[in-house]
Amino acid sequence: MADALLANNIVKAFKKSRKEIKALKGISLRIKEGEIFGLLGPNGSGKSTFIRIASTLLIPDRGSISIFGYDSVSNSASVQRMINRVSVEASFFRKLSAVENLCFSAGLYGIPRREALKKINGLAERFGLDLKRLKDPLEDFSRGMQQKVAIVRAFMTEPKMLLLDEPTTGLDPRAKRDVQSLISDVKNTMNTTMLLTTHDMDEAEKLCDYVAIIHLGRIVASGRPSELKKQLLGKVDNPSFEDVFLEFTGMSIEEAEYQEVESA
Amino acid sequence: MSSQALARELRASWAFIERNFNFTKRYWKWELVFFVYTMANSVTMGFIGKGIEAFSGTKLDTSYLILYMLLGSILWGYLSILFEIVAETVAWERWEETIEYTFMAPVRRATHLLSTCGYAILYGILRSGLILVVVSVFFDLDLGRANFLSAAGILAVSSFSFVGLGIVAAVLPLISPEKGVQVVHIFQALLLMFSGVYYEIDVLPMWMQQVGKLSPATYALRGMRASILEGRTMPEMWNDVWPLILLGALLLPFGLVFFKRMEVWAKKRGVLKRSG
Repeated sequence: MADALLANNIVKAFKKSRKEIKALKGISLRIKEGEIFGLLGPNGSGKSTFIRIASTLLIPDRGSISIFGYDSVSNSASVQRMINRVSVEASFFRKLSAVENLCFSAGLYGIPRREALKKINGLAERFGLDLKRLKDPLEDFSRGMQQKVAIVRAFMTEPKMLLLDEPTTGLDPRAKRDVQSLISDVKNTMNTTMLLTTHDMDEAEKLCDYVAIIHLGRIVASGRPSELKKQLLGKVDNPSFEDVFLEFTGMSIEEAEYQEVESA
Repeated sequence: MSSQALARELRASWAFIERNFNFTKRYWKWELVFFVYTMANSVTMGFIGKGIEAFSGTKLDTSYLILYMLLGSILWGYLSILFEIVAETVAWERWEETIEYTFMAPVRRATHLLSTCGYAILYGILRSGLILVVVSVFFDLDLGRANFLSAAGILAVSSFSFVGLGIVAAVLPLISPEKGVQVVHIFQALLLMFSGVYYEIDVLPMWMQQVGKLSPATYALRGMRASILEGRTMPEMWNDVWPLILLGALLLPFGLVFFKRMEVWAKKRGVLKRSG
């Protein structure tokens, strides 16, 4: 399998009130084409910073990311044509309808109107969206529904790589399950490479082919979920993914979140 | 650019224009509020023109004064719309929390900004035209000497420089999510003061006159008044036309290059995101 994403020693720091916050301290990753790669870490660990660099929205201080061989900074236009993103907030024009939002998005990617409408209807049906409601303003949709529309927006452009930045955070359990099953469904039927960031250990274990644990801006462990769990055999009985996180970071996800917030 | 790439950019361009008209449709109540406000402002200016004779106690050409004030008000309304829509395009995306999706889409920034300008021109002409119709009900306007062709020419030429100015100003909300929009409004207010919207700039102190000469609005207002009040042709107004052409030719490309540069800066600083 070819490399879909190759990150080499990414360093990124932000200045906030004269203080320098080092968000990424030398991240290197390799994601193979067609796999779901999970980037796990607590809030503030650097997951979203990494996604924003891959999305061409942020320029790293050092290092580089290439997506299907194109550099995210020097060849950002080529990268933009191959990627799309679903983030924690659905991010739509709230007063506009789902169709108006989706047609706008389709236009930005150069998709003709007729083709866009065909895709919107097909994907909406497939992802369980009520077609009649697509003409309603997005502000009238539940968060779960908005997230489904965000997934339609992303897949409409047929990205070779999809960046999923905590797509299930803040959703109710049912909506969360729906979005997770959509991701599984896409994995089984399309050849889209996905980078999923999450702090939900169960979600990572369930959906990802490969995971990397990021803590305080560094990758502290990586491997297939089963392999990482195997490393704990003998130390922990019937290890869970929570135990994996504890083993490699020295703290639980809740403690790590507290620490990351404090250090920020 | 290949024909396929050109078709992609044209679709993207239409997407921006259509989205903005969809906004106008959805926010129609606010549109109504702004329309009534601008209309009332223009009518007030017209009545100030009408009332000057009573203040001065001497016989004046009231019809000329009314039209003078109305032209200032309506043209300033048009130029303000152009400037605001373009300058606030980034701020608007940030408020709606869609900025990251728009800036990661495979669209040339020039297409993005110029399409927003295209919408602003269409919307500005429609709105100002409607205000002119409503205002004409209140006053007996004498347009017998007006040269509408010249007026349209001045409007077209001045639009370029204002769009350029708007793109330069759009950089402010890009690089300063919190203070950018406030600075845009300060800049707009200063343009109003220096450009002779309701007076000739000759009445200003000398240093203000010098500043006023740098504003495209100064020449646009003078040209528009000369076309409508005196029926002048474009060649007769060359002294006002060439500065507008020059400012447009400088500001538009400069604005696009400057914006692109500052976008890179924003990407390095990490401010190209939903919240500040």
